[in-house]
Amino acid sequence: MNRPAITPTCIVAAYSADRYGEAAVEHAAGLARRDRARLVVVNATLGSSLVDTRFAPDADIAALRDRLAADGLEVVVRHDVVSDVADAVVAAAAEENAELIVVGIRHRTPVGKLLLGSVAQRIILEARCPVLAVKPD
Amino acid sequence: MDLLLDGFQTALTPENLLFAALGVLLGTAVGVLPGIGPAMTLALLLPVTYSVGADSAIIMFAGIYYGGMYGGSTTSILLNTPGESSSVITAIEGNKMAKAGRAAQALATAAIGSFVAGSIATALLWIVTPQVADIVVTLGSPSYFALMVLALFAVTAVLGASKLRGFIALFLGLAIGLVGTSTGQARLTFGQPLLADGIDIVVVAVALFAIGEALWVAAHLRRKPLEIIPVGEPWMSRDDWGRSWRPWLRGTAYGFPFGALPAGGAELPTFLSYATEKRLSKHPEEFGKGAIEGVAGPEAANNASAAGTLVPLLALGLPTTATAAIMLVALQGYGFQTGPTLMDDHPDLVWGLLASLFVANALLLVLNLPMAPLWAKLLRIPRPYLYAGILFFASLGAYSVNFQAFDLALLLVIGVLGFFMRRFGIPVLPLIIGVILGPKLEEQLTTALQISQGDVSTLWSEPVAVVVYVVIALLLLAMAVTGLRRPAPAEPAAAATNDEKELVER
Repeated sequence: MNRPAITPTCIVAAYSADRYGEAAVEHAAGLARRDRARLVVVNATLGSSLVDTRFAPDADIAALRDRLAADGLEVVVRHDVVSDVADAVVAAAAEENAELIVVGIRHRTPVGKLLLGSVAQRIILEARCPVLAVKPD
Repeated sequence: MDLLLDGFQTALTPENLLFAALGVLLGTAVGVLPGIGPAMTLALLLPVTYSVGADSAIIMFAGIYYGGMYGGSTTSILLNTPGESSSVITAIEGNKMAKAGRAAQALATAAIGSFVAGSIATALLWIVTPQVADIVVTLGSPSYFALMVLALFAVTAVLGASKLRGFIALFLGLAIGLVGTSTGQARLTFGQPLLADGIDIVVVAVALFAIGEALWVAAHLRRKPLEIIPVGEPWMSRDDWGRSWRPWLRGTAYGFPFGALPAGGAELPTFLSYATEKRLSKHPEEFGKGAIEGVAGPEAANNASAAGTLVPLLALGLPTTATAAIMLVALQGYGFQTGPTLMDDHPDLVWGLLASLFVANALLLVLNLPMAPLWAKLLRIPRPYLYAGILFFASLGAYSVNFQAFDLALLLVIGVLGFFMRRFGIPVLPLIIGVILGPKLEEQLTTALQISQGDVSTLWSEPVAVVVYVVIALLLLAMAVTGLRRPAPAEPAAAATNDEKELVER
């Protein structure tokens, strides 16, 4: 495997509580382990609907943090209600001086994209650092 | 009996069946969403009554009324957010069950219990309502006046947690009801000719339920999402059936009479049912940790009492819940004389409604058992979209009453009032009942005094009136006694269970 052009010291993983988010976190954790980088997991919600299944419950976040920490990783979890999820991820990367953002991507129909937009697409376009797009197996 | 069969004939026409199905679907949907109740939905749908036949509209409204109850229990169980005050108990025990992995059983006992209770209570309605109407029709204005006073008093003082807040709401409502020149002299019109016809009740209802709620949500828009418990299709084991059927029947027995009294309300019977089941249960240790009896009983009581509230509505023209109040407004909108004569003047409508309750109940069971996981998905709708829609329909509805831009200003003013009532915990129900019953109360008083030529003693000249006043006096006495015994009343259980209250009055 070729080494990437950069060796990040800090990686941001955009986490949503589904298989896409898990793919992103797993991939980011693998890279962080290899490059001994800090890992910042961002799980955010708009908080505008009563139930947001992509926003992980506190207990799950604690479990995720413990699991990654037990792996020997230096991990920070940002678990917030924000005004824009994509902005939150990009801002987290800027604040933590991250050199890489990992997002999980999915298929969206054109209509779905029109109605719902795509958080991953906005992160890719707006981030100041390279973004790695991963898919679940 | 013939009337009932005729009623089924009305209810089972394809068109009305469609409206019933539409009603139960809509009712369940709004019941599932906390903050949006059947009362708000009916208020928003009042303009529909301009273009739809009376029987169809009323049948749809009844479907929404029943559907709201089913939906409310789903939210209570899965989210621990009671959609309405009568689901508070269901939320306590049902959510514990769901957390213990028994969400499917909790939903099933709630849905089947609601069906059993609803069916029995509907059958009781068929028997009780005509008889009550026959008795009431012989009453004169003084008795009718006394009954209304009792209803206002009970809704204000008996049901709410705080008497003071209840009376604040009641007097606000009575004041709004006074506006206009119906008595020949202008009252509270502030020289504004547009107020001369009074404030339309549709505007008041839409403003309080829809605008007030929307402003409240807008003020609390961003907050941490609630954790929902995933669930499959509801089902029950043989053991669950064995533990559920007695609480269902006992809950029905508690719920119906409480609902049928002009001092109705579903909170009291659900609390009573819960306490009874806790005492009688063979598994008292499970209570507080998710006992199926604690869901089955209160949920049945809740539905039976909802059916019961139709007795005073249809036989006396007295609403005791917010939803019933809006149904009364709809009936009046069609020009029907509500009160004891309604059953004789429009038997087809009343019996069509009574029959359709049965149809709605059956539809709800069929819809809800397999579709519970789907309903839970509604909770993911982003609230800005939802409330934008509600505001649109609220404005449209208020404008279409008189096609006056002035009504929109009134809508906003009363909506802001509704927001502040919510902010300071003032119940909405006494206000809306006050607006509706205030003018009728005055009318009965005027009639009574005209007949007696101004002699005030006519007000206690009828035996029924005397009995009603004695009941009111006893209620007052009971309140005074409990007030003296407990100078600092403990916080009501309802307020303690959830700090972020999302309760709506039905």
